[in-house]
Amino acid sequence: MLDADFFRRWMLAAASSVDREAERLTALDSPIGDADHGTNLQRGFAAVREALEKEPPATPGAVLTQAGRLLISKVGGASGPLYGTLLRRTGKALGDAAEVSEEQLADALRAAVEAVKQLGGAAPGDKTMVDALVPAVDALGDSFAAARRAAEEGAVATTPLQARKGRASYLGERSIGHQDPGATSSALLIAALAGTAEAGGESGGE
Amino acid sequence: MSPVASDDKLVGIVLVSHSAEVAASVAELAKGLAGAGAAVPVAPAGGTESGELGTSAELIGAAAASVDRGAGVAVLTDLGSAVLTVKTLLAEGDELPHNTRLVDAPFVEGAVAAVVTAATGAGLEAVAAAAQEAYAYRKV
Repeated sequence: MLDADFFRRWMLAAASSVDREAERLTALDSPIGDADHGTNLQRGFAAVREALEKEPPATPGAVLTQAGRLLISKVGGASGPLYGTLLRRTGKALGDAAEVSEEQLADALRAAVEAVKQLGGAAPGDKTMVDALVPAVDALGDSFAAARRAAEEGAVATTPLQARKGRASYLGERSIGHQDPGATSSALLIAALAGTAEAGGESGGE
Repeated sequence: MSPVASDDKLVGIVLVSHSAEVAASVAELAKGLAGAGAAVPVAPAGGTESGELGTSAELIGAAAASVDRGAGVAVLTDLGSAVLTVKTLLAEGDELPHNTRLVDAPFVEGAVAAVVTAATGAGLEAVAAAAQEAYAYRKV
């Protein structure tokens, strides 16, 4: 079972990962975006970390709902409402339970990814974060490690795609040949989840 | 003529742009072109709180609250994160005034149409429709 502390550690791991990778995310966002993805996410996750260090919420749902709310209010770019919706919807689906199973988390994340697809109007293959998140939630039923692999493969597989959503879509064919920054940061979020599970001994059945 | 909102309350208009200057200028332009529209509550929500290009949920919430006279609030946006942020705030339920609507409209022409229509005392439905119809104004 996964408790509030597990989710707190996941969010802190995601914040550290975004810090480490901010320059790479912004660099990926330079040729096909507006070169702010790393700094925007860094600002958002810094607020998440600050709130968690001040007073961590008591339930898994509350940790994610708070993180989502902060991303919506602090990021300043499209990744704010998109990641904010992902985490808030996941948190709301987990409800008030003090502990949740890996299966409950997988179901909640799957529903949240559907909400993200609806918000942005993106489908798999559009060269967006959806291309990492959909395979990740599909693999989460197997294990956290499988979800991480699927997200990373999904992110890499955006490189040959032509963008159909967001600013990159204005570039048409010129968006081909660049890995999508949103899919890349989504893979970081899932990798942080898998890393947290491994560090805590939650193997996810693998 | 458009249905008139009860007790003469005017619909509020919020203009959300990635740029503070664009949002403020379009607000000024719409009110100026509307003439009698000067009475319509219009608030810009442009850029981030730190004054950079982007979208601020806080600025949008504050702007919507400032123009809410009880007849509804029409929100017009430019693109990308401006659209997604307003949609997200509406989906969350409690962060914008009751009866706030994201209007699918071109930013400049839609803002002028919305302010002109709101100045007649029209309700939110009519204001939103007028702004949306601005997509059909052909220029050539």
